[in-house]
Amino acid sequence: MSQTISSRRGFLKAAALAGALAAVGGCASLGGSKAKVVVIGGGYGGATLARYLTLWGGGKIDVSLVERNPSFISCPMSNLVIAGYRKIEDITVSYDGLKARGVRVIQGEVTGIDATARKVKLADGSELPYDRLVVSPGIEFMWNDVGGMATAAAQEAIPHAWKAGTQTLLLQKQLMAMKDGGVFAISIPRAPYRCPPGPYERACLVADYLKKNKPKSKVLILDANEDVVSKKGLFTKAWQGTYGGMIEYRNNNELKEVDVASRTAILEFDKVKADVLNVVPPQRAADIARTAGLINVNNRWCDIDWLTMESKAVPNVHVLGDATFPAPTMPKSGHMANQQAKLAAAALIDLFDGKAPNANPMLMNTCYSYVSEKQGIHVSSVHHYDAAKKTMLPVTGSGGVSVAASVIEGDFAAAWARNIWADSLS
Amino acid sequence: MKQNTMRLAWRGVLLATAGLLAAAPAFAQTSVARSLAATCANCHGTDGHAKDGMKTLAGKPADEIIKLVSEFRTGQRPATIMHQISKGYTEDQIKMVAEYFAQQPAK
Ligand code: HEC
Repeated sequence: MSQTISSRRGFLKAAALAGALAAVGGCASLGGSKAKVVVIGGGYGGATLARYLTLWGGGKIDVSLVERNPSFISCPMSNLVIAGYRKIEDITVSYDGLKARGVRVIQGEVTGIDATARKVKLADGSELPYDRLVVSPGIEFMWNDVGGMATAAAQEAIPHAWKAGTQTLLLQKQLMAMKDGGVFAISIPRAPYRCPPGPYERACLVADYLKKNKPKSKVLILDANEDVVSKKGLFTKAWQGTYGGMIEYRNNNELKEVDVASRTAILEFDKVKADVLNVVPPQRAADIARTAGLINVNNRWCDIDWLTMESKAVPNVHVLGDATFPAPTMPKSGHMANQQAKLAAAALIDLFDGKAPNANPMLMNTCYSYVSEKQGIHVSSVHHYDAAKKTMLPVTGSGGVSVAASVIEGDFAAAWARNIWADSLS
Repeated sequence: MKQNTMRLAWRGVLLATAGLLAAAPAFAQTSVARSLAATCANCHGTDGHAKDGMKTLAGKPADEIIKLVSEFRTGQRPATIMHQISKGYTEDQIKMVAEYFAQQPAK
């Protein structure tokens, strides 16, 4: 309450001051009074937000970005690394580009958020004050939903490779070491999960590698969903055509438990012993979102205002990317996180300027996938803000999927990666 | 507290300045165009400066961009993806985006 009064007084004083300055003529000097934005998470969402605040903020915003990893490693394109068609360095981007723009990049771990005092606490004891906080934390795996997988040792023996980096290389190593005639099984959780087409792309690329190197082997897809979640026609065509009988798809196969020692997937009615078992577990918004009280949908996701990406649970905190409760048909993708970040950057600037944010924001998504080393496919969508429903909805008649897999689209997928990495991090 | 006051002061200054600029709605128009153009940047690069393998739109005349996009929309021009994306935007939006890209200095 007292804050409102003093804010109001401050505001009036400031307005009077501005009037005086304007009377003197020319621009007011704003030295020393930069707005402070702290960003948690340097993935597609957080990095893009930080970058665009420096591009669009007119030098009036002080941006700090906290990220636990030393560099950015892309999830999109990481299935190519698993199959041996790219090196991990090829999908790694440093934070030097952001640093050169004046973003304070801090490698560290956030331990808490004090939303009242507007401070972020780091593991090393330091604190970062903010005017507005942007949380782009990614996902946490719900290991309690899959028996036997709670330990670090289990997660190393049965990789998820659903966060790019060490896990990507672990799965690659297991695939390379697998004997000819072996079974590579991949378990897919119920939607929503990060990167809807990702598991099906992975099945294709693993099969591509096996077909060339270990042709007696098999890929088994154990999908908890009723049906293929994304680009069904295109993936099914690749499985039946390109890979003959090598890939087997089983729907309604939710993973209950894993016997780690024997690499056995325990499903409701069945058990499958694999030579390589890849478990993509169920997901929710990352822990820091929970600690900060941002999770308010199904105990999993963060609901936000689509005009600003501001949390509906905690004021002055904005949430981006996979952690958000998605609008209808909106996928959890790196592309979408980048788009949301640009929406949020524009809104933050408007809010700091005391203006209403854009009332008609747009977002668009594209997920390219490889069905073989060289051939790509895509799904695209364009979303507009619906003022009556207060959410983003797909624009009728827009978007769609590829007519067929092609090398041209494989090349566009690679070009997309180069462009989005530059758009997010350069 | 001091910082808080400063922040508010800053906001006040901007509000007041925005008031002075209210006669120039072009500014708001530009920031909307900029945001719309940023939805193309994942492929065509920031402000239309593309990396290898995608077409640069920065510095391309607005009429040309408008023509290309409308040909994608009608299916006159073959495309892998632009026929789907172009149908997500109104003609006015495409015009704003095209003008924004046209104004970007070619590198
Ligand atoms: C997902 C990637 C992607 C996004 C996003 C995208 N484009 Fe494209 N664009 C392409 C591709 C690929 C082509 C080549 C034609 C094709 O295959 O569809 C292209 C071609 C074009 C061309 C023709 C350029 C030339 O010189 O031939 C124009 C103009 C264009 N896009 C405008 C836009 C505009 C405007 C937007 C944003 C509203 C946009 N694009 C968003 C991928 C994209």
